[in-house]
Amino acid sequence: MKSRAAYFGVFTALALILSYVETLIPIQFGAPGIKLGLANLVIVIMLYKTDRKEALLLSVVRILLAGFIFGSMFSIIYSLAGGIFSLFVMKFLAGSGRFGVAGVSMAGGVCHNIGQLIVAMIAVETYQVGYYLPVLLIAGVLTGAVIGTAAGEVLKRIRSLEFQ
Amino acid sequence: MKKNDLILAAVVILAAAAVFAFLHFRQDSGIRSAEVTVDGDVFGTYDLTEDQTIDINGTNRLVIEDGRAKMEWADCPDQVCVHHQPVYRDGESIICLPNQIVISVESTQESGLDGVAR
Repeated sequence: MKSRAAYFGVFTALALILSYVETLIPIQFGAPGIKLGLANLVIVIMLYKTDRKEALLLSVVRILLAGFIFGSMFSIIYSLAGGIFSLFVMKFLAGSGRFGVAGVSMAGGVCHNIGQLIVAMIAVETYQVGYYLPVLLIAGVLTGAVIGTAAGEVLKRIRSLEFQ
Repeated sequence: MKKNDLILAAVVILAAAAVFAFLHFRQDSGIRSAEVTVDGDVFGTYDLTEDQTIDINGTNRLVIEDGRAKMEWADCPDQVCVHHQPVYRDGESIICLPNQIVISVESTQESGLDGVAR
């Protein structure tokens, strides 16, 4: 149990560092909300390597901490909606066993964006944001594929490790 | 990558293309205006053919130039709306989430509006 808590701390720190690295990337993609989502690398690996409840907890802790440090109250609400929604979908797809890590991560990326879009619709009380849907879908597939492929490679190499 | 992964990617990309095509090619009268809403309430509607600068509650500044609307300034820290590309197609919008402001381009023919309303 002790080492489990220690591993959780290490993973949280790693996810936070990746969130920080992401704020250093100065690229604007023309549409809001499009990010690589580097921290999700850790979340995806966690999803496969440990108890899935821990991946959810890590995701929530990461979003709260990163939000307070680098973002605003608003970005927290946003990321929480996307993060929790995408994690449930990823859990379901990973559990079905029909998809590879890249596919699961892609679905996660897409759902993350959809979750945020729904919050945006509620927040600004408009359906005009639907215009972003195609952009966000494609962005979710691309970033999800990149993160998923990277996570898959890492998972291959740490197969013998147990984080229990 | 598994085969199912590729199918999943293809389905999402096709869905995105379908939504895009639907939004892009639907009927467009060519006469457009920018509607500004604050917190869900209409703040004003502005003709896109007329160059003008609109101050929105002192928190944002919208500029209409060459038939395009652009957020020139906002007091929020993230500046997402300021970095957004100018909008001019029907249905396009700029959204400033911190200030709850939505700028959306609309064809004015159906609604019967053809001028500035405030």
